[in-house]
Amino acid sequence: MTQIFDDSGNLVPVTVVEVGPCRVVQKKTVETDGYEAVQVGIGRQKESRVNKPLKGHYAKAGVEPHRYLREIRVEDSEVMKALEVGQELRADLFQPGEYVDVTGITKGKGFAGVIKRWNFRRGPMSHGSMYHRRVGSLGATDPQRVFKGRKLPGRMGGDRRTVQGLRVVKVDAERNLLLIRGSVPGAKGSLLEIRETVKKKA
Amino acid sequence: MDIIRSIEEAQMRTDLPEFGPGDTLKVHVKVVEGDRERIQVFEGVCIKRDGGGLTETFTVRKISQGVGVERTFPVHSPRIDRIEVVRKGRVRRARLFYLRDRIGKAARIKERR
Repeated sequence: MTQIFDDSGNLVPVTVVEVGPCRVVQKKTVETDGYEAVQVGIGRQKESRVNKPLKGHYAKAGVEPHRYLREIRVEDSEVMKALEVGQELRADLFQPGEYVDVTGITKGKGFAGVIKRWNFRRGPMSHGSMYHRRVGSLGATDPQRVFKGRKLPGRMGGDRRTVQGLRVVKVDAERNLLLIRGSVPGAKGSLLEIRETVKKKA
Repeated sequence: MDIIRSIEEAQMRTDLPEFGPGDTLKVHVKVVEGDRERIQVFEGVCIKRDGGGLTETFTVRKISQGVGVERTFPVHSPRIDRIEVVRKGRVRRARLFYLRDRIGKAARIKERR
């Protein structure tokens, strides 16, 4: 993340996202697949690392092998028609001021206690308390078991998460960059999916 | 070059004078009132510079009507019209927070020549 000054001189926190170059590898249609979506590829992959079936898949689209393939559902049939297999998608797909939803895999936190993982409160650290960062009660005694979904310590992070309603502050079509207001799930260099927001903010 | 660096460097200002903690500054700030823009001067002692690169800030302290007022500006903010260094001060630390506990004569800073 970094910061940027907007036109009126306000400081806006932004995440710089490199978007592509992406290519449309396949179009899924109702007739053939039962739903409408585009398959988008990003990043280069060595020819030798691609297995035969996938090689054929890329050859059919007439594109080089990509590191990642992701599908994006398209509701609007007009948009679907405008897209062609092999077409390059660039940052100028988005306009500044537009709102987007960003999906990514969050940073792994390892085995985390209940305070970090579920925002429990800790006990007193001193005065002989002996109850510092522990779980506490697991529920009533009457059911004679612990209910499913009980918040306990465990692996935290590394989950697929979506942040909704982030504003696109700036679009750099030349360098294929999006500057998105606020933070975005995942570590540096990880893969993100950026979609039109589902909750439209004007 | 690193993409984030290049984005930051494009916004950095090079027209500002060199200054540091202990210096007395006149900061000319652009203030927007309705649709009019005017320039307001904030004069006081710089008590710290914080951070680096585009995100660097500095804090100016002054006594206004007997009340201490501190204002923190981003160094590279386009809202700053210009900065005047009125006086260079000789200080022995980077953070002059001790000035907060002092008033009048005790809060003086020696001039550097």
